[in-house]
Amino acid sequence: MALNQRRVVLIAGAVVGALSVVLAVAGNPANMGICVACFIRDIAGGLGLHRAEVVQYLRPEVPGFIIGSMLAALAAGEFRARGGSSPVIRFVLGFFVMIGALVFLGCPLRMVLRLAGGDLNAACGILGFTAGIWAGASLLRRGFTLGRSARMGVGNAMALPALSLFLLVLVIVAPTFVFASSTGPGSARAPILWALAAGLVVGALAQRSRLCLAGGIRDLILIRDPHLFSGFAAIFVVALVLNVISGRFRLGFAGQPVAHTDWLWNFLGMATVGLGAALLGGCPLRQCILAGEGDADAAMAFLGMLVGAAFAHNWGITSSPAGPTANGKAATVVALVVMAIIAYMGIEASGKSNKQRTTGEA
Amino acid sequence: MSHRVDARGLSCPQPVVMTRKALETIGLGIRTRASRGSEVSDDPGPLEVIEVLVDNRTAMENVSRFARHSGYDADVQAGEEGDDCYIVRICVKGRA
Repeated sequence: MALNQRRVVLIAGAVVGALSVVLAVAGNPANMGICVACFIRDIAGGLGLHRAEVVQYLRPEVPGFIIGSMLAALAAGEFRARGGSSPVIRFVLGFFVMIGALVFLGCPLRMVLRLAGGDLNAACGILGFTAGIWAGASLLRRGFTLGRSARMGVGNAMALPALSLFLLVLVIVAPTFVFASSTGPGSARAPILWALAAGLVVGALAQRSRLCLAGGIRDLILIRDPHLFSGFAAIFVVALVLNVISGRFRLGFAGQPVAHTDWLWNFLGMATVGLGAALLGGCPLRQCILAGEGDADAAMAFLGMLVGAAFAHNWGITSSPAGPTANGKAATVVALVVMAIIAYMGIEASGKSNKQRTTGEA
Repeated sequence: MSHRVDARGLSCPQPVVMTRKALETIGLGIRTRASRGSEVSDDPGPLEVIEVLVDNRTAMENVSRFARHSGYDADVQAGEEGDDCYIVRICVKGRA
């Protein structure tokens, strides 16, 4: 079984890496074949939750992740309505993870794809991401918890897949109240069917393999287990090879697509994402996958990311290729402070219930 | 002797962290596969079993993989409470 699991995570990583390059070739923005944070941000814009005209589009990939995961979980008998583990705190963490991601300009998956495209700014991001996860891992070791989830009514599991289906209907029907960029990254898009198909495949494979970018680094730090990290590495290697073959690889810091060169805020933005993802128990992609499996808490984190993306653009928090903004820097600091408070409270809570959780010798 | 860890309903990686703590509590911690070879000649102490309760397959896989990766035998049983419970039994030769 162990060998089988390893093979599945390697295959999933390789396919995610390959599809990311394919989607970029098919029309998605450069080094952004797949970016969970950017695509949720585009969806927030498509719904009119923010009015940044260059990043509005109901990306079919994201509903694809959620529905693909749901179908795979149903087929494997793993679909299970559950929730009730600090839903509001998960919303807040999702919100601030998105803030960090938009200060860096990418989710952990896009960070790897950017590096595979030769964007060395992403290396600062990986250092920050690792630092954030390291901090999160030491909090987990001290007993940080958001509490237990419990079985819930099936409606809780269906809410986000239903929203995903609705988004797909909207992108196909394209009613006038839905926004779609005519210039900028939001106008760079793969054909709807390609994007949806890729999203479904990624969602299903990520569900089967438990692929998680944050989990990869976390398990290396916490238990020295390279299992999930091998998926991380597979994404990088396959995307790198395909980028080099297709002539898309360009090594350097300056002039990289949808990126800025401020190393400090690249580091801190991704540190925020790493810490938040460690506290949530998974990266933004993993939250979509869990939500598809019926995890209502992950659905709350997803909604937090959606609202966070809207605020990030409405309040000028998002970085641009020119660099981070003053508001973005302030918001990153606020995000880290809020996460520190959540962490403190989560450790306090675990101290009180520790005795009940581990019963001694029988 | 048996220890029970109830990790049901907790998100990743808390079940693994709790399993690791339970191993440390009984004075063993993580061994590498390399150091495991000498185990046969050592005097094995009394048999200890750690039972970890989890409620989803991902956590079950993670805890079993962690146990094997740390050099212990682990097997999985369906829990007494139906679908939503797996029991990962980790067998440990204690050093009492």
